Amino acid sequence: MALTGIQIYKLLPQTNCKECGFPTCLAFAMKLAAKQVELSACPYVTPEAKTQLAESAAPPIRLVTIKSDGYEAKAGNEVVLFRHEKTFYNKPGIFIRVYDNQPVETIKATVADANAYAVNYVGLDLTVDGFAVASASGDPNAFTTAIQAVRAVSKRPIILMSRDINVVKAGLNVLKGETPLVYGADNKNWESFADLAKESKVALGLITGTLAEMAELTEKVKSKGVDDLVIDPGGRDLGAGLAIATTVRRLAVKKNFRALGFPVITFPGDISDPGMEAIQAAQAITKYAGFIVLDHFNPATVYPLLVLRQNIYTDPQKPIQVQPGVYEINGPKPESPVLVTTNFSITYFSVANEVEGSGLPAWLLVTDAEGMSVLTAWAAGKFDAERIAKAVKGFNIAEKVSRKRIVLPGHVAVLSGELEGELPDWEIRVGPREAVDLPAFMKQAL
Amino acid sequence: MPIEIPKDNWPGTVRTVTIGATVADGGSRTSTVTIGGQKNLPFLHFENKAPNHPVVAIEIKDHRPDDWSPLLLEAWGEVVNDPVKWANAAEAAGSDLIQLSICLTDLEGNPTNPEAAVKTVKDVLAATGLPLMVFGPGQAEIDNNLLVAIAEATKGERLVLGIAEDKNYRTIIATAMANGHLVNARSPMDVNLAKQLNILISDMGMPLDRVLMDPTTGALGYGIEYGFSAMERLRQAALQGDAMTQLPMLVTPGYEAWKTKEAKVEAGVPAGWGNWLERSINWETLTAMTLIEAGADVVVLRHAESVRRIKLAIADLMAATYTLA
Repeated sequence: MALTGIQIYKLLPQTNCKECGFPTCLAFAMKLAAKQVELSACPYVTPEAKTQLAESAAPPIRLVTIKSDGYEAKAGNEVVLFRHEKTFYNKPGIFIRVYDNQPVETIKATVADANAYAVNYVGLDLTVDGFAVASASGDPNAFTTAIQAVRAVSKRPIILMSRDINVVKAGLNVLKGETPLVYGADNKNWESFADLAKESKVALGLITGTLAEMAELTEKVKSKGVDDLVIDPGGRDLGAGLAIATTVRRLAVKKNFRALGFPVITFPGDISDPGMEAIQAAQAITKYAGFIVLDHFNPATVYPLLVLRQNIYTDPQKPIQVQPGVYEINGPKPESPVLVTTNFSITYFSVANEVEGSGLPAWLLVTDAEGMSVLTAWAAGKFDAERIAKAVKGFNIAEKVSRKRIVLPGHVAVLSGELEGELPDWEIRVGPREAVDLPAFMKQAL
Repeated sequence: MPIEIPKDNWPGTVRTVTIGATVADGGSRTSTVTIGGQKNLPFLHFENKAPNHPVVAIEIKDHRPDDWSPLLLEAWGEVVNDPVKWANAAEAAGSDLIQLSICLTDLEGNPTNPEAAVKTVKDVLAATGLPLMVFGPGQAEIDNNLLVAIAEATKGERLVLGIAEDKNYRTIIATAMANGHLVNARSPMDVNLAKQLNILISDMGMPLDRVLMDPTTGALGYGIEYGFSAMERLRQAALQGDAMTQLPMLVTPGYEAWKTKEAKVEAGVPAGWGNWLERSINWETLTAMTLIEAGADVVVLRHAESVRRIKLAIADLMAATYTLA
């Protein structure tokens, strides 16, 4: 549990020497508690105090990074159970699994497709994070061949899946200089896997059937000097998976229980039905997974999952907004229409994409609705005739157009009367309710 | 290593609400649906086994909808032309209850009149024994006209009437109270607005065990994170003992997901969106699943395949066969 400023103060020299740059030890302690300075700024802190402070300052869930040449997937460092309490920080890595008994060409084709995959969502390019290679054959040669096949077409991070130390060692030889995740160690093989993880500096996945077994196993592996752990304490159906993931997160963030303070890896791909695989992955995204391994790469599934991950990991304290103003789409001319919408980024992108796609020129007037969508802003009184009129005047849009024509979103058709009062020399039109219907509206009605 | 499993101990309980009335209770339903009653966050059975599970409704319309994705019209086929056949098909698809949405106009473009709406509702009630929810087209005056007539003609059935919102709730609440029905109280993605509407409804004398709240959610990709967090906060407020948030939650992921471009449009979309039908069903199921994780008690869907998947998911979530420590 994080210490308070006063608790930290008791561990400091209390000499007020000012060498840390703060007038008193108490002031420094307060800054430490707020995580705004590093303890190393104090030259006189005792080693015991250092250990104690370092422990309390460590995040409740360890940040584990899987790295390859030019790519990385990070999980951990989470501090809350519910995104509204603060935010979720590190999006769970989405990995696509291949098996070493698949033909090399199949592996290459799947991986090449998934590797090249990028889909644009509200201006961001979303991609999958990496690949898991599972040893189904038990043969070290087949395993290395499969890994080489992946590496031939992708540089993204890799999870090596085998509980046979010789198979894993062979696999690691192909990935020199990388930090893959080795999955993994269980109650039987853990010593050799821990030694290997320490020696090769890789992240280690641990597999047990219960949380109690997992807590024991992480302690044993940590005693060997391996700290970058990812845990799989079982639970393949939705009910068990939720209970386990919730308990791990609660123990870590509420009880500061270090033995389970690691990212959780889940395997929705273990279900053969791709539709249910997507549902399991959705639960893993909303409820606490660090790494998610899928068996099917299908854009129709991966796209919604990547969007869900983006949505859930949006910082709720910073609504994603665009700058209010006048946006020019497809080179508008003075006779082009003025379309009005709000500055919620999803709203903006939905509208802007449709207008762009239509090929028709328009002025897009984005009002300051405090980052809310049209309906929400309207209900909250942040998108009304007065605000729209203020934006029209504030951004001097009348100077850009010869024909004063403004199109309201269909959802706020009720504002048209009032807006006529606010903007008497403008022609007020009511557009469609959904952005997707804008191109047809613009072609037919404008 | 022995682990003490942290368990929440909440003072509050979500109200138990029963939709539909059997003959014995003054209606004509052959089955009813009971939701709510949770004493903890969704599906954490190691603390408390939830007494009821979330239910799935299928949305049908009083006639062929002109703004639905072609995929839905194709999937349902001919039945969309006949609400009775559509209700039967929905029942066959595994729906726990049915949501009948009345359109603003009839097929000729004339405003839907109360007599026609009443007839449709009665026909659907005669055709299926499932509990029924009836939603108006969403325009205050018209909703009131239609819903009052429907409520009076179906007295005692414990229908869910929708949509009551802050700008239009009095008439709907009054007729629901007078005729033994329930209401759906809709507010825009905000804990306080939801609570405020529940207070207004309660102040009219409506018993709160006949109210569902619909916090509206947005679809995946279109603001679902707001709905998700509003629902998580509402459920936590309920469990903390805030009586005005202790209502089961009804959400409409079918409506939300199927109005997105992802579900509506086949041509001219990025290749990265993938197969249209599979994408659309994932859009609906992932929207629904996310809301179920946040505490949804009734999810209204539109595609039968989504219903199949979400019912499997709910069964899986309700199973409690595991040991934690």
